[in-house]
Amino acid sequence: MKRLKQLKLGWGILPVVIFLAIWEIIARLNLIPGQFFFPPFSTVVMEFYYLTANGVLGENFVASLVRVLIGFCAGSVAGIAVGTVMGWRENINKALNPVISLFYPIPALGWLPLLMLWIGINEALPITIVFICSFFPVLYNTVTGIKNVDKDYIQVARTLGASDVKILTTVVMPLALPNIFTGLRLEAGMAWRVIIAAEMVAIPTGIGALMMRAESLIRIDIIIVCLIVLAVMCLSFEKFFTYLEEKATARWR
Amino acid sequence: MPSIKLKNISKYVCHDVSLEIFDRELLVLLGPNGAGKTTLVNVIAGLTDYKGSVLFDDVPVDGLPASKRGVGYLFQDLILFPHLDVAANIAYGLKAQKRPVSEVEARIDRLLQMMKIKHLSRRYPKHLSGGEKQRVALARALAPSPRVLLLDEPLSSLDAQTAKYLRTGLKQLQRRLGLTTVYVTHDLQEAEEMADRMAILEGGHLEQIARPEEILFYPGNEKVSDFIGAPNILDCDYCHSLGQGVMEVGCGGLSVVVPHDRDSVHRIAFFPRDVYISETRPPGPGVNRFKGTVTGIELADDAVRIELKAGENNLLAEIPHHIFEDMDLAVGKEVFLILKLRRIRVYENRDL
Repeated sequence: MKRLKQLKLGWGILPVVIFLAIWEIIARLNLIPGQFFFPPFSTVVMEFYYLTANGVLGENFVASLVRVLIGFCAGSVAGIAVGTVMGWRENINKALNPVISLFYPIPALGWLPLLMLWIGINEALPITIVFICSFFPVLYNTVTGIKNVDKDYIQVARTLGASDVKILTTVVMPLALPNIFTGLRLEAGMAWRVIIAAEMVAIPTGIGALMMRAESLIRIDIIIVCLIVLAVMCLSFEKFFTYLEEKATARWR
Repeated sequence: MPSIKLKNISKYVCHDVSLEIFDRELLVLLGPNGAGKTTLVNVIAGLTDYKGSVLFDDVPVDGLPASKRGVGYLFQDLILFPHLDVAANIAYGLKAQKRPVSEVEARIDRLLQMMKIKHLSRRYPKHLSGGEKQRVALARALAPSPRVLLLDEPLSSLDAQTAKYLRTGLKQLQRRLGLTTVYVTHDLQEAEEMADRMAILEGGHLEQIARPEEILFYPGNEKVSDFIGAPNILDCDYCHSLGQGVMEVGCGGLSVVVPHDRDSVHRIAFFPRDVYISETRPPGPGVNRFKGTVTGIELADDAVRIELKAGENNLLAEIPHHIFEDMDLAVGKEVFLILKLRRIRVYENRDL
């Protein structure tokens, strides 16, 4: 069984290895005019090492990571809380839904110019952007999840003597978890995409800012290092929530 | 356990329904789909608002929400909580009422044993068979020691064998626990097996409430009679025992042999589908074989109904279309009738 798993993992990595090899060969054989703009993979790896060794990458990575974590956690908690109340109480849903539907379509980055003036250029800015990016989708998935819980479960719980709060916490929320996790998983990756864009435009630190500085110095290798870090983080955040969802719901779904 | 009274209940299809369910009684609500059976049960449970009044032991409970009525409810689709294992499903009601942990554990243990599902206690509902789910749902409904048990077509999703087996168990359990019980079904046979009394609902109206044999032998009106299969009901003029567990009874000029061997027979009943018709004299001894005249033919979707006059009795027979087409029946024609001995039902009590 374990061997089989290892074998499957091997097959998954193989296309990536082939891709990197082709990249390396094309760059080294000068197949693309102006090699300067297309460093081979080995150069990128070396640059990754230097950037890690001198702490530049680490410093900017941690800056981005902290922003994502704070913004995403706050946005998700708020989204789940408000979403739960809206999904559970129809009159609150009716009151809030029109306003929220108005704000929901605005892309998170669309808020940037406004927030730059309101908040100013400081740590609160990227965190707020990530917060907005996480809040709305998590909210909508939570509302959908709560509303989709079959009313029969609620009636059964009532006849068994459960209070409304008890029903919400022990029946409705657990059954809405799959939907809530869908929201969290999608937004965990999205938070990274948004933070990079925000840092590129407005913030002097973080992976996004590092990329913009590399651009002005025409350091393609650094840009590619940053992109790889970004890809890995998006992927691992999404995978983390897939794993959590499995843990929480696989037993009974 | 309380008696339950419904006074002038109106909700959805139900109009002005009043009925009483006695202490420890199992009342079957019987009626076709859409008759308002589930609505009435939801009214008793307090799961819906309604006009009228519900009383437990003559005390109105209309102000009480479902969670405070002390009602155990077994839903048609069972509705086990998918995210909880069997033990946690059963424990739900006890925990919701904040009973002490030791009591909860002891009670679950007892219920698991009573329902013979101890080996399933850590399984999740998706890994249970239909019959197992049934027992878990019943254990969950019984766990908080309800005063009243409501069962809404609890066996309709099961195969006939399992349903029959569980039906017997359910009835014994209800007796043992002495629970006032309302049992909803649209299946007449199931109703007869389970009921102390049956209440026939149709189109939201209570048509008749009585013991099963009363409903069969004394259907209150045409609707009830039609619903239970329009039985032929004959009054008996005389009867005498033939021994071997059979009796001969005289009904309107016919001498019928019935499977009964006690004091007297007051009425007999048999369903139209249990009357055979033949154009030629049937072979064998002349027992339960009569001459009759066709007085009417009605082509229904499922079968052909033949009205007959035999002796002084107007009878109804029901035969499948393909048999009817092979025969040459017409109004006024003389035919032979054969009654299936074991299908004739007997009512011996004169005092209703």
